[in-house]
Amino acid sequence: MSANPKSLAGYDVERVRRDFPILAREVHGKPLVFLDSAASSQRPASVIGAVDEYERLHHANVHRGVHQLSQEATAMFEQARERVRRFVNAASTREVIFTRGTTESINLVAQSYARPRLKPGDEILLTMLEHHANIVPWQMLCEEKGARLAVAPILDSGEVDLAALERLLTPRTRMVSIAHLSNALGTVLPVKRIAELAHAAGALVFVDGAQAVPRMPVDVRGLGVDFYAFSSHKVYGPSGVGVLYGRTELLDAMPPYQGGGDMIRSVTFEKTTYNSLPYKFEAGTPNIAGGIAFGTALDYVTGLGLARIEAHERDLLAYATESLAAIPEVTIVGTAPEKAGVLSFVLQGVHPHDIGTVLDREGIAVRTGHHCAQPVMDRFGLPATARASFGLYNTREEVDVLAGGIRTVLRMFR
Amino acid sequence: MSTDLRDLYQEVILDHSKRPRNFRSMPEADRRAEGYNPLCGDRETVFVDMDGDVVKDVSFQGAGCAISTASASMMTESVKGRTRAEAESLFERFHDLIVGKGGESGDESSQLGKLAVFSGVREYPVRVKCATLPWHTLKAALDGDGGKVSTEDEGPKAESGGA
Repeated sequence: MSANPKSLAGYDVERVRRDFPILAREVHGKPLVFLDSAASSQRPASVIGAVDEYERLHHANVHRGVHQLSQEATAMFEQARERVRRFVNAASTREVIFTRGTTESINLVAQSYARPRLKPGDEILLTMLEHHANIVPWQMLCEEKGARLAVAPILDSGEVDLAALERLLTPRTRMVSIAHLSNALGTVLPVKRIAELAHAAGALVFVDGAQAVPRMPVDVRGLGVDFYAFSSHKVYGPSGVGVLYGRTELLDAMPPYQGGGDMIRSVTFEKTTYNSLPYKFEAGTPNIAGGIAFGTALDYVTGLGLARIEAHERDLLAYATESLAAIPEVTIVGTAPEKAGVLSFVLQGVHPHDIGTVLDREGIAVRTGHHCAQPVMDRFGLPATARASFGLYNTREEVDVLAGGIRTVLRMFR
Repeated sequence: MSTDLRDLYQEVILDHSKRPRNFRSMPEADRRAEGYNPLCGDRETVFVDMDGDVVKDVSFQGAGCAISTASASMMTESVKGRTRAEAESLFERFHDLIVGKGGESGDESSQLGKLAVFSGVREYPVRVKCATLPWHTLKAALDGDGGKVSTEDEGPKAESGGA
């Protein structure tokens, strides 16, 4: 039985859905069933309203003017930074760098922290689960520096092989860079444990938290990580904004990533003195409206309660796993005991691309392809999978529509 | 199932995707090329055996979606026995058909023969690359590049689509 809108104490998903204007629309004449939040989540009206209000009433450049509008814009932008700090429990707003997104945050650390320090023969340790964004920046750096990329394998379940990871930690390991939650398989990584292992081996830890931050409470200090990155657009905020968290002493010791305005204290043609944290890493005019509305999105999530969101999505994932596993032609890819928000699957005899097209005509949005994680696909010998991913607004009824859509696909291609 | 899905997945296309023709390797073939669509991970190898300027035999192997498999299968049937120039001109007309260029004139359809069943692809811009992958690969084989082609080589404007 699927009708269960108030299954979790106080979590009224129907009411939550009314906060998201886009969920009222139809696609190909069918109600939209949006199961692609791992690619990008939808925005609540408060976030859309925050962009609108800022653009209508408060816009001016930040950190630059004595005039009223610039002061308002600056105050709003800096309030958003404080919201981010609180959301992930950073020690100070100096540790919260606004970037364009997780990808830029990773590149920033690769270029500003690792590049000046990496020596030939040094190692960067990743896992096989990583998104291309957490592979390519390190790979480029290793090529340039004659360093080596080491990769911890994954088990058939999609869990990281921790024993193998531990063996791959050597005195040459400088950085361990891992996802918190796999975008392709949904595996939750034991970040705290990996951070302990890495630190014991003398390496730093970078965490790609793009998928985890919308789905579970994250405490960067509790996890004991050195850097943590995530994106606004996966946590119900606008695209084009993200965060790099880094420990103050690490950030202080790093040269700027890009040169430009706002990151300087004084400039002459002979010498430039850099601004203090976090502005040292924020050259140029930022995405002001996006940053402010990002703060609004975090307020929205906090208002619902991350623990309740996590419980709601856990219920959805369990229900979806059960519903799809009941279809004999379905194989679920990624069966780790600790999973969240993501359900990857393949259908016997049907290519994921065809699944995606048929489901789309049913109004169901899923992602099909390699999910920017080709090494994961290679590990399972698949060219691609179909992936349903859940957000705080999805329902059991939508899972039923997905299961029905999959049966339609099978009728068509069998 | 909705009727417009039937426009894309016509019976002929489903039949060729389930039972692709000329689906075999030709190790002795004069020419071959490998096609790759990085957006969906599809890979196809096209083998061509020429007799002078004529395609004496053609086959393919690989893994792809229903559209690309059916397109490859029907392509091999369409170009066998044709000259290289005829095969290339067929690709041009096929391309025009699926991107919706040049209208739906009966003349066009008759020249394309059975390939006209792919006209439904025009309503699915992200699937255009699936249908053209085997043809791009055939062209690379005929050009004797012996190399690899990717659906992404033509840049963002070449064919509409995306991940």
